[in-house]
Amino acid sequence: MHDAQRPGQRDVWITGIGLVSSLGEGLDAHWAALNAGAGPHVDAETFAPYVVHPLVKVNYDQQIPKKGDQRQMEAWQRIGTYAAGLALDSAGVAKNAEILGRTDMVVAAGGGERDFQVDAAILNDLLASNDWGRSLNERLLSDLRPTLSLAQLSNLLAGNISIVHGVTGSSRTFMGEESSGVDATRIAFSRIAAGQSEIGLVGGAYNAEREDMLLLYALNGLCMTGAFRPVLGTEPAPGIPSGSMGAFLVLESPEHATARGAKPIAKLSGVWSERARRSATGSVAEKVKSLISTAGTGPATVVYSGASGAAGATEAEGEALKASGLPVRVMANRIGHGFEAQFTALLGLAALSLSHGAAIPPVAGAPVEAPLEGALDRVIVTSVGHWRGEGAALVEKIG
Amino acid sequence: MAQIHNDKFGRPIVVVTGIGIVTSLGQGKAENWKKLTAGESGIHRITRFPIEGMRTTIAGTVDFLFDERVAAPNLSQKLATLAAEEAISEAGIGGNGDFPGPLFAAVPPVEIEWPERRQLAEQVTHRPMVYHDLLDAAATGKFRAWHERFLFGSVADALADRFGTRGQPISLSTACASGATAIQLGVEAIRRGECDVALALGTDGSVHPEALIRFSLLSALTTANDNPAEASRPFAKNRDGFVMAEGAAALVLESYEHARARGAKILAVLEGAGEMADNFHRTRSSPDAKPIIGCMRRALTDAGITPEDVDYINAHGTSTPENDRMEHVGLSGVFGEHLKNVPISSNKSMIGHTLTAAGAIEAAFSVLTILNSRIPPTINYNIPDPAIPLDVVPNVARDATVNRVISSSFGFGGQNVCLVVAGEPA
Repeated sequence: MHDAQRPGQRDVWITGIGLVSSLGEGLDAHWAALNAGAGPHVDAETFAPYVVHPLVKVNYDQQIPKKGDQRQMEAWQRIGTYAAGLALDSAGVAKNAEILGRTDMVVAAGGGERDFQVDAAILNDLLASNDWGRSLNERLLSDLRPTLSLAQLSNLLAGNISIVHGVTGSSRTFMGEESSGVDATRIAFSRIAAGQSEIGLVGGAYNAEREDMLLLYALNGLCMTGAFRPVLGTEPAPGIPSGSMGAFLVLESPEHATARGAKPIAKLSGVWSERARRSATGSVAEKVKSLISTAGTGPATVVYSGASGAAGATEAEGEALKASGLPVRVMANRIGHGFEAQFTALLGLAALSLSHGAAIPPVAGAPVEAPLEGALDRVIVTSVGHWRGEGAALVEKIG
Repeated sequence: MAQIHNDKFGRPIVVVTGIGIVTSLGQGKAENWKKLTAGESGIHRITRFPIEGMRTTIAGTVDFLFDERVAAPNLSQKLATLAAEEAISEAGIGGNGDFPGPLFAAVPPVEIEWPERRQLAEQVTHRPMVYHDLLDAAATGKFRAWHERFLFGSVADALADRFGTRGQPISLSTACASGATAIQLGVEAIRRGECDVALALGTDGSVHPEALIRFSLLSALTTANDNPAEASRPFAKNRDGFVMAEGAAALVLESYEHARARGAKILAVLEGAGEMADNFHRTRSSPDAKPIIGCMRRALTDAGITPEDVDYINAHGTSTPENDRMEHVGLSGVFGEHLKNVPISSNKSMIGHTLTAAGAIEAAFSVLTILNSRIPPTINYNIPDPAIPLDVVPNVARDATVNRVISSSFGFGGQNVCLVVAGEPA
């Protein structure tokens, strides 16, 4: 594995997909839901006025058999560990200690899931206290659960995947919202393409049903409030409809996959990660146009857009998508926006679509979603961070 | 490409052409090296916030950069900026905000902190308040800037702006191995031919009450509060936990070919890196030390060397009973009988555990160890632990020719990374 190959010299296959979202669990459930045209599953009540896409009910025991392990995790880690297990199952490498022992993992993660009751109780106390610092120390020492701090560490999603599923080749966690998903994929892809790695597990998880995350985005007025409206619809940037999801992919060199008799679901042909200087007018649209041009706008191509719905970034991406002339599917209109997890979720859905040879149908209310005439050979996945980072990938049909 | 520029596996050789360091010992590599080799400690009583009720009241905070409390990402950003400025200046490439390569930044996870929560809570007029009320306070738009500040990508993004690095910066966390992972990512990118030069750094400015208490609740910290400078005691029998600390280090990594072509001074070679995840437990190492052994062996294999080629070990050496014992088990597995011939010391005895930054800071100190032919000591080594016999370079620095160092980092979540650093090729 020490050859000096350059990127692009080896193909990279997607041989496993693990997906759980508001639409369901697993590839078949997603394919059925996306083709049924039933619309997104949203909850505008629980966190009103904020709209979220709640996770479908999941039996975590199926992928995280030990209750003790489940208790050591917060929801985002459980979602991710579950989806990672689905991906390993899908690739046919689950429980294969020999392969998992050299599987390279890159996780896109947030973290910091709070205990809301504890935080509120502490704040109520502190507001009545005349010795803030001392009171805070006392309350934290008595109220924080020791396990909570582990459930809050960003790299502990990867840590839990190692523990529960035995993935131990390597373990890296990237942070940084949407672009962490793009870069996690890019690094796993580039290492395999260059011969630095044979098989990788890449993905992320997001729990939208969290008031601390809604708080972070509400600070800057970025969340979708009121009733759900489509992103890039009549109102181009209606706010971010965040969505709970876990999405992992198994990426593999063709040599490695073939040797173990595994079949590719689709080919990952390129991943690009860029950073526009957003203070410059038009920089985001230019960057996205350039990314789409790099990926190539041939026939039988659709764009699965990761447009978040955030003001600014979304209109700019919309402009670039319109200029491309390609049919577009805005995936936030189906599963919501999952920040760190969004990119790998869209890659999974792109590979799924290519394996069926068809794009998913358009939704109503989003004129950018034109029908695709004929077969589907190529999907360009975009990621324009709600705040920073522009990325794209090209997923192609095998053979 | 000339053969001389490739390693024995035909990959581009990766060299270090600039380093920068900030720790509780001071700012800049000169001051840090002077104090580190003099056996000085940067550990002191915490004055940044009230310590009443805390089990641990000492840390290696960096207190000389701000007069008032700032949020952790502000301090992490400042530390990283100073370290990167020094590294870039030494490398003599990419100054003036135009660095011609990517940024790999090991940054601590961030979240809104208690002073910010308090300000939000003060907007709420009724009592008792519930967490959801904070969202209404957030939606007033009065605290808009906090959104960007408390994003996970915020610090690296600001650094990318400041130094003009190429593309989207990578913000990464592998817990206490993060700094080493940043370097490893840079090495891999140069080997792939994606870039000629990369900026790798680790930074951590996150000693605040909740962070301290979280580690306290995991029983990871020392409670030897009485004499702060003597609290971090790696490999000593009376070690009882680590000391939280702050700091940053940055390394300019470059292909050997590129560095030579521009006549750059070459400080060291990044010969190899290895990693292996541990799936035994969230905070404890596998009792057989297989992942620690595996990560070191992978690093040696990646560098194409054997244990006999290693002159000095820059230990993880946190001063927790568990880590230092397991590190010894791991080293014994890799080095066997030869281990007694290899000096090993822990920078953490003086600067504490700089967490996210540790791997980068210790790699930078490894470079200085080679350049100065001087091994920094393990201070506070007054009671040897007979269970872990090691030549820890006790208490006093030692002059020695050091051509090759391994620097190990182990983190919660089963993270293990080992780097191989060597002198310039002859």
